[in-house]
Amino acid sequence: MTFSFRRRFWVGRDSAEPSNKSCRGSRWLPRDDSVVPYRSFALPIVFLFAAILSLNADPVVIGSKKFTESYVLGEIAKRTLSDSGIPAEHREGMGGTIILWQALRTQQIDAYPEYTGTIAEEILKDRSSTSAETMRTALAKFGVGMTKPLGFNNTYALVMRREEAQKLNVRTISDLKRHPELQLGLTHEFLDRQDGWRPLAGRYQLNPQNVIGIDHALGYAALKKGSIDVKDAYSTDAKIAENHLVALEDDLKFFPRYDAVFLFRLSLPTSTIAALRKLEGTLDETRMIRLNAKAERTKNYARAASSYFENSATSTITESFTHKLVRWTLRHLELAGFSLLLSVIVGVPLGILASRGGAVGQVILGGTGVVQTIPSLALLALLVPLPFFGISARTAIAALFLYGLLPIVRNTASGLQDIAQPIRDSAIALGLKPVARLRKVYLPIASRSILAGIKTSAVINVGTATLAALIGAGGLGEPILSGLNLNDHATILQGAIPAALLALLVQWLFDLLDRILIPKGLRL
Amino acid sequence: MNALIQLVDVAKRYADTPALHSTNLSIERGTTTVLIGPSGCGKSTLLRLIIGLVEPDSGTIDFDGSPMTHDKIDVLRRRIGYVIQEGGLFPHLTARANILLMARHIGERDDETQSRLSELCALTRFPENLLGRYPVELSGGQRQRVSLMRALMLSPELLLLDEPLGALDPLVRAALQKDLKEIFARLQQTALLVTHDLAEAAYFGDEIVLMNEGRIVQQGSIVDLREKPASDFVCEFINAQLQLVSS
Repeated sequence: MTFSFRRRFWVGRDSAEPSNKSCRGSRWLPRDDSVVPYRSFALPIVFLFAAILSLNADPVVIGSKKFTESYVLGEIAKRTLSDSGIPAEHREGMGGTIILWQALRTQQIDAYPEYTGTIAEEILKDRSSTSAETMRTALAKFGVGMTKPLGFNNTYALVMRREEAQKLNVRTISDLKRHPELQLGLTHEFLDRQDGWRPLAGRYQLNPQNVIGIDHALGYAALKKGSIDVKDAYSTDAKIAENHLVALEDDLKFFPRYDAVFLFRLSLPTSTIAALRKLEGTLDETRMIRLNAKAERTKNYARAASSYFENSATSTITESFTHKLVRWTLRHLELAGFSLLLSVIVGVPLGILASRGGAVGQVILGGTGVVQTIPSLALLALLVPLPFFGISARTAIAALFLYGLLPIVRNTASGLQDIAQPIRDSAIALGLKPVARLRKVYLPIASRSILAGIKTSAVINVGTATLAALIGAGGLGEPILSGLNLNDHATILQGAIPAALLALLVQWLFDLLDRILIPKGLRL
Repeated sequence: MNALIQLVDVAKRYADTPALHSTNLSIERGTTTVLIGPSGCGKSTLLRLIIGLVEPDSGTIDFDGSPMTHDKIDVLRRRIGYVIQEGGLFPHLTARANILLMARHIGERDDETQSRLSELCALTRFPENLLGRYPVELSGGQRQRVSLMRALMLSPELLLLDEPLGALDPLVRAALQKDLKEIFARLQQTALLVTHDLAEAAYFGDEIVLMNEGRIVQQGSIVDLREKPASDFVCEFINAQLQLVSS
């Protein structure tokens, strides 16, 4: 996955020179009428991040959903391809079905593990096309192919604490009818699926009093603690045995088969497809449960995946922690840095326009303010379906860019507005033209305020960039997300601590930059 | 003798309040004219109209025989020096950079600007070794001297001073008054000075223009104003200030 808009981006910056065409009408008034990028701010940042942006080959990109089994299958596919000499990259835990399917269709990923039931229900939205052949034909229309089943059926199941199930004498899903007082905590995906909660409740005529939506990994903790009594799970989930849970029998045969397969782009080289297909029929349920259990126990997907290959002679190459940390951090800086740079390039001129007040100023400040009120997750979700964005670093950068705008725009505008009238009068009376006034007098005087805005944006960006992992854009959010998924605090901290340190470092760097960029006369 | 500045029927209102009623005024070359009057009488507005900080609602302002228009205003401003009460120095620039800003901007040669700067320091009695200081590092009187140098740097034909000594303590003020008068005389500078202090007006002004409520009430020498007051207001204004001095 190349990050092609970088190059366009640099060109764009050069051509963003200002025009002062708009300053004719108001020579008499002490106003700033033109837009000048504040180069002395932008340049050091450009150089700072230029160095970071040099990592790129063109590997096969495997995606995975945000749960253990998907991570493990993703790792297995990556290893299989690598062992066949095909460079592969695994983008872990990118999200749910819709996100992965969109990513595959828009060529942002090349393959990902999926289940036949999900393909029929969620992707093709056609319950009748359950035979492998009809599915293949339907998928081919999207340029997508499907492997044969990997060998296990991971269907949905409703699970309960074993003790409580025995106490209440609940063995099948039908038995739940007798206990409407039980608390159900279901994943958001299951709540909305065509083969999920609503049709299930209809079929079994369930009418529980309490149904809440909860994250899959957190749901296990809630079930264990007793905050909920029933949750949805995957039948091969290692947590079922681990947490002494029991899967209720689907006595009405409601859930379709969920045979694990790989979906892949038909445009992939035949050698790549052939390598993927080596996985067909190699994983039965017991083996998959064991791999899942190992992943959860060792907190290491790659190691769990490698036990799949234990019979083969190739040694396991797991990425060292230092290497991973460097990769996450560089990616994090890339996301935060690029978005910040964009925010500065767009935000400062917008701030200059906004400083003139009037309707334009209000629209600018209002608009950037509104963006700030959209929750970051929602903003990511809104951007993902758009053609240019999708599941990519681009989307994360765009979202972070929008978040970074407000502090810069507002501080630039207020910094300029706060310049005292006698200073404006003097600048005008000297005979400086509007552009020169802005460059030689107003912007330097407002520099402290502008830099403070940029600093705020930078710190916010470093923090918010952890969310980029949600859409597979990587960064220090990656370990945080896997840690949340595994309910493993150590892994969470592997991302959280560096992210916090990075924010402090950025703060310190900007304090240093203040001393270089803010004119001495303003610091006395 | 043709006037350097000629205002014909110039009027200005702010929202619903007239700041200046239709006014005629001419400033002769080489003279010092003082605008005096109570707060809000329109004297500062008149000055701001001449430098183009405020646009007249009606009437014309001629500078050196040609009308001041939008397209010429920035160039004409370079022929006019402007000093305000608090100096209006740019805080991010040293005294030197403040003074040289415009000369450098229009590309004057360095050696020329340097010798001009030394001349101005001598003229305004400003120690050259303080030129590297920033405005916050200078005293109020020093700041006004820098502001004056900045205004004089391009040898302007007209110098506008809006209460230039208003914010200074009495001793500094007296010293600067004396220096200013000498400078005007030595440069044969055409100057238009705004003050609300009659003694200062009398000290500087060849011609005193007394204003009230947006109109010129009387124009002449201090003797004219005292001996032949044009209205009760002139008497009142002069007596009030004399009483202040004698009490």
